[in-house]
Amino acid sequence: MKELALAEIHKSLGARMGEFAGFNMPIYYLRGITEEHLQVRNKVGVFDVSHMGEFIVKGKEALNLIQSLTTNDASKLEIGQAQYSCLPNLEGGIVDDLLVYRLDEDQCAEGEQAFMLVVNAGNIDKDWAWINASNTFDTRLINISDQTALLAVQGPLAARALQPLTSISLEEMAYYTFTKGQFAGVDNVLISATGYTGAGGFELYFNEKDAIPLWQAIFDSGKSLDIQPVGLGARDTLRLEKGYCLYGHDIDDTTSPLEAGLGWITKLSKGPFSSSEIFAQQKKDGVKKKLVGFKVNDRRVPRQHYSILDSEGLPIGTVTSGTISPSLGYPIGMGYVETSCSTPGSLIRIKAGERMLDAEVVKLPFL
Amino acid sequence: MSKIESGLKYTPEHEWFRLESGNRAVVGITDFAQGELGELVFVEVPTVGKSLKKGDVFGTVEAVKTTSDLFMPIGGKVLEFNEAISESGGDNPGLINEDPYGSGWIIKMEATDLSEVEGLLDGEAYQQLIH
Repeated sequence: MKELALAEIHKSLGARMGEFAGFNMPIYYLRGITEEHLQVRNKVGVFDVSHMGEFIVKGKEALNLIQSLTTNDASKLEIGQAQYSCLPNLEGGIVDDLLVYRLDEDQCAEGEQAFMLVVNAGNIDKDWAWINASNTFDTRLINISDQTALLAVQGPLAARALQPLTSISLEEMAYYTFTKGQFAGVDNVLISATGYTGAGGFELYFNEKDAIPLWQAIFDSGKSLDIQPVGLGARDTLRLEKGYCLYGHDIDDTTSPLEAGLGWITKLSKGPFSSSEIFAQQKKDGVKKKLVGFKVNDRRVPRQHYSILDSEGLPIGTVTSGTISPSLGYPIGMGYVETSCSTPGSLIRIKAGERMLDAEVVKLPFL
Repeated sequence: MSKIESGLKYTPEHEWFRLESGNRAVVGITDFAQGELGELVFVEVPTVGKSLKKGDVFGTVEAVKTTSDLFMPIGGKVLEFNEAISESGGDNPGLINEDPYGSGWIIKMEATDLSEVEGLLDGEAYQQLIH
């Protein structure tokens, strides 16, 4: 199991550590998932998500490689912009979901472009092999995952908490833009107005050798705003309230982005890419199953792999994610159901062991 | 470090069992179990009044992150579900996190065959198990 550069700090803060994607990660700290969740929704919290993978893609044909491998249209990216995208396989499933950053070209030779791909920790090896196997372009790939730390500072007070640490005007950064600069005295920090919580905030990418001073600077700077550490447990409940997919739960090698509600990042007009013909057919014919959100009218909580039944009791799908929503106070979930049962308002049932839970399909996001 | 009370009996599924008087006993989950589960948000015991065998599911606990079934440490009849925890009562499953061996007890039961108690773990054996 890999250890984070900040492992000792997490332990000293009372983190309950647990294995995730081969890393020993903080799951929650002393205050617990519910309070950490509300902390991020209402104030500001810091996640160490250094387990995430980062690849640099650089060369004259870097864009061509990315366009051929991803669903979204990376040609639309200006330098300093990022986009959410998918890496489809050749069977219409998803190898991974990822962020594509178009980097500045300071380090590039004439005519070259540079991108950073941010991928799920559990898929680093799979993605690396997949992308390299497809790299028939004049493009170099560099895996910087091991030396790259990532702190997500999320919540409505994030800009205020971080502003004293940089001259870059954080409040003015638009969602899904980024900039590189000095932060807390550390050079070359990539400051990105992105996140996986729907609470606003920033993600900071930097060399892991700077992790301890940077963490300390953030907590010193945010102290008056009651900044707190937040673990992966709350990261999961925060993303689920916003209906964001989690790889390995809501999307995987067998689910299509169109089934997963990711049609908005599947740009068939940009030209061919992996499985684009399959997706074009699905767009034309419609998909048989769809990822939906549902709320449960019960105290029991839906969990991954529970069966979903229609009101007659016939099986129509499977739960992919579920939790009690700390913001809403009731259980929510996502899952795939037959398209005929996917419209908001459809009454469904969730099989939790011997119990049947009444639930209703609702529009995403929950919050 | 998880607390283990001496004088109690334990199961490999992390229930504790305390014989009160005669065949009557109290059952809960261990400090280790509540720590692993994290914040509990709901406990369901639909088996009050039922006679169950050792290992049968007598209820379910919901934590924020996970769901876990509760198992009978030995065979017997479920007599009572802790009012302070139940939905119809105090609805405070957090008591299990705060005081797993005390006010966070889950059920009272009447054992069918006390000889089954010998099959349970003592504190030392349970400590070994979770070590």
